[in-house]
Amino acid sequence: MTTAAEPYVLNIGPQHPSTHGVFRLRVVMDGERIQDIDMVVGYLHRSMEKLAEERTYTQNIPFTDRTDYLAAMSNNLGYCLAVERLAGVEVPERAQFLRVIFAELQRLASHSMANGTFINDAGAWQTPLMYMFREREKILDLFEMTCGARLTTNYMRIGGVSFDPPPEFYPAVEALIGELPERIAEYTELLVDNEILIARARGVGVLSAADAINGSITGPMLRASGVPWDLRKADPYCAYEKFDFEIPVGQNGDCYDRFMVRLEEMRQSVRIIRQALDGLPSGSHKTEIPLALRPAPGEAYARVEGPRGELGFYVVSDGGPAPARFHIRAPSLINLSLLRQMAVGASLPDAIVALGSTDIVVGEIDR
Amino acid sequence: MRAALDPIRIRVPMSTGGMIASAITLVVLLGAAAGVGFLVLSGALDGRWYDFRDLGVGMAHLTEWLDEQNAGQSEATRALLGDHWMSWITSALIGGIGILSFVGGVLLILIWVERRLIARIQVRRGPNRLGPYGLLQPLADAIKLIQKEVLIPEGADRFLFFLPPILVFIPGLLVWGPVPWAPNMAYLDLNVGVLYLIAISSLATVAIFIAGWSSNNHYALLGAMRTVAMMISYEIPLGMALISVVLLAGSMQLSEIVAWQAQHYAWMAFLIPFSLFTFFFASTAELNRTPNDIAEAESEIVAGFHTEYSGMKFGLFYAVELGNAVAVAAFVTAFFLGGWSLFGLELFIPGYIIFATKVAAGYFVLVWLRGTLPRFRLDQLMAFAWKYLIPITIAHTTLVAAEVTAMGALALPGVIELGVVAAVNLAFTVWVMRRWARFLGYRPETERVMQPKLTTQVGGLQAAERMRASS
Amino acid sequence: MERGLPGVVTASTDEWVEVRPDRVVDAMRWLHDDAEMDAATISNMCGVDRYDHFEVVYHLQSLDLNQQIVVKVRIRNHEAPSMQSAYPVYSGALLQEREVYDLMGIRFEGHPDMRRMFLWEGYPGFPLRKDFLQIADHHPGLPHFPFETGEQER
Repeated sequence: MTTAAEPYVLNIGPQHPSTHGVFRLRVVMDGERIQDIDMVVGYLHRSMEKLAEERTYTQNIPFTDRTDYLAAMSNNLGYCLAVERLAGVEVPERAQFLRVIFAELQRLASHSMANGTFINDAGAWQTPLMYMFREREKILDLFEMTCGARLTTNYMRIGGVSFDPPPEFYPAVEALIGELPERIAEYTELLVDNEILIARARGVGVLSAADAINGSITGPMLRASGVPWDLRKADPYCAYEKFDFEIPVGQNGDCYDRFMVRLEEMRQSVRIIRQALDGLPSGSHKTEIPLALRPAPGEAYARVEGPRGELGFYVVSDGGPAPARFHIRAPSLINLSLLRQMAVGASLPDAIVALGSTDIVVGEIDR
Repeated sequence: MRAALDPIRIRVPMSTGGMIASAITLVVLLGAAAGVGFLVLSGALDGRWYDFRDLGVGMAHLTEWLDEQNAGQSEATRALLGDHWMSWITSALIGGIGILSFVGGVLLILIWVERRLIARIQVRRGPNRLGPYGLLQPLADAIKLIQKEVLIPEGADRFLFFLPPILVFIPGLLVWGPVPWAPNMAYLDLNVGVLYLIAISSLATVAIFIAGWSSNNHYALLGAMRTVAMMISYEIPLGMALISVVLLAGSMQLSEIVAWQAQHYAWMAFLIPFSLFTFFFASTAELNRTPNDIAEAESEIVAGFHTEYSGMKFGLFYAVELGNAVAVAAFVTAFFLGGWSLFGLELFIPGYIIFATKVAAGYFVLVWLRGTLPRFRLDQLMAFAWKYLIPITIAHTTLVAAEVTAMGALALPGVIELGVVAAVNLAFTVWVMRRWARFLGYRPETERVMQPKLTTQVGGLQAAERMRASS
Repeated sequence: MERGLPGVVTASTDEWVEVRPDRVVDAMRWLHDDAEMDAATISNMCGVDRYDHFEVVYHLQSLDLNQQIVVKVRIRNHEAPSMQSAYPVYSGALLQEREVYDLMGIRFEGHPDMRRMFLWEGYPGFPLRKDFLQIADHHPGLPHFPFETGEQER
């Protein structure tokens, strides 16, 4: 009797405790080594791009909330920037500062979740996740205070922001900013030198800088591979050129570097929020735009540096009330281009850790 | 809202009535303790059946009395049934019911303890809805699991599918036999207790493999394979750690080992710390607990070998895993932490209470590890077992054997002997582990964490090259 | 957005460059290798249905020089639109081209894995086309604002 080892197909299916959302991976494995990996997406495809062609520009803002539901403010911001560029609408300075504050708060919340779930994938039964969720809860409370919703905020409008934050917002933000540096220091101290985390995440899912650039990777993944590229510095939108911050760049391009880059970005976000709060000008929080906004025929592509990468919105107008084409450049989808390269040849736990470090949100992949 | 999200602080407001009541209670307790101390010191308790410090004494009286009753039986009955049938049946019943109820009760309480402890480590509260402080949670869990539909996968081997929950429960019960709660309180005081323990705990491996295989599921098979590989790899360091203990104590009988520790006022933990570490770590691997829970790594292969088990079958797996954790804590206590002895205090405090406290402390450390550490990858675990633990454990055991021979030959006063042994072992552990790690290629200075660099200039590939060159 | 003049046949305006659908790889490679353009990565790739022709828009990004180049490809074949894939030059085009194929129906020659991505194989039609799901007198797009005619247009 001969025993032969054949590769078998493992279905890391849509329902799984670890894939961040409904996302399916078909993995052809030989023992514990992965030979081939195939992504099946589309479980959350809601045809937003088609639906947006039948709704006015302002009616499309809630759509953008629901693509990347963990970074709704960034989505809103990108879309509003694109439409403003298309229609030529000026945004008052107070609105720009408020946009920056909320975008950075959203980045903090999203990175807390990303790092927490990354370590959850590496095996620490949700303890760091729970610790990071403390800050996220406070940030979501701030969102609720301002615009009424925690997750799908629908806060930005074409021409500014929808509401001026209430008076109790400012002391709450000050308190949060005050205690965040020590909280981030706490996470750093607990996690950065953890031998097991280093053993799990060092050298896993390595992407070289050239591969990352060619593969259109953006965001913390690109910065971890050593490329100093951040849209907030390269293509500054809404008042980012007025703030003084740095961008963290990793050295190896492995999962551990991505984790460290996200942690460091949290620190820089605190800096930005501090500066924005200190310099918040008075004025109106949005420009009045005509209710029947019909931008001139043309097209515009605006991008923001979302927590996951370059979040771009390509809007084409044909003169009517609704966009002729509304395309979302989803960083999560494009960051997955190189998943095969990261996973083939690795063992299954390594592939899961690499997937966790790409920080995908399936709402964004599938739209 | 702030108070709910901040680290949990306990503030117990005390009213005047409360303070008076607690003062009175304190006085009463002190009086009781003084009374007990007086009783003990006056020797009124030694060897009496009401010696509550050691229930085994009472049991011995009971069996003696039963044997006397037995002797008063008629000749025919005695020829048929034997001379001790009354005491044997009684002790069997008491022991069986005792272990079953003890393990059952422990399992029930454990679910609550584990969930509350892990919750506290994670800055949250844990179950607190069902009953006061959530104490009825395990009962609710059991009822929920019992009433669930039992799904058997279509391609599963039916007989083999039914077997593993039972097979895994049996060793969970049997290992509690030799555990010495007090000088005379060990139900199954075998003189090969250590061998018995290692043998029985290996049965769980077979059960887990049958579970994974019969489920007809890739995840389950992967989990089962990982478990089997891991468990058999870690049996060896486990056994060798215990060999050091046996060498020092001179007997495989658990009660003798504990008696040796009591007699020399020295816990094995001080004398052979490396064995303690090895035993503990290998036990977490045997138990499939974090940091070695690769076999049921929830984030990767859903639930590993018990993916397809639902209802009470899964409940049994889960409960037995927790029960085995306490059993491991009990063994650690018996072998390394001195068992029921506490440097002489066991005269006043009942031995089983000391033992139970140490078991609770050991279990707390297990839960602590589970709550805080990420898990190792399988190949890292295997490498650690085969390349690190086994060679160093062999060397360590050889060293302990040499020390025992030297102690037998030299016959120095006990304290000096043991002090030297402890110092030598500690030095050996630290020195050998470092040298061996370096020999195998572990270079911490080159692997030191590299912080990300901060920059304000954006750029592409060329900028990346420049940054790397400038580091 | 810079104006480029590759050595390939093009049509161009001030804001974008238009390239022939069968010379896409050459154009991309020239843009990638040229030191002045240095299009290091595809920032975005998108298909637009302009009723009489399809347009595929590439936003190429140069990271070192910090500039963006817009490249458009106009495809007039409405029945079986196809063009060259940019995958040989940029590996980031892998998933984006599958998405354009899935939603618009434009086939990319030279793509290693031309499959539908969000919808299943065998799905009838390509959803993002303007002539998808033509029901009675429902036209794609929104003709009026809801308040402008006094009633909801659906």
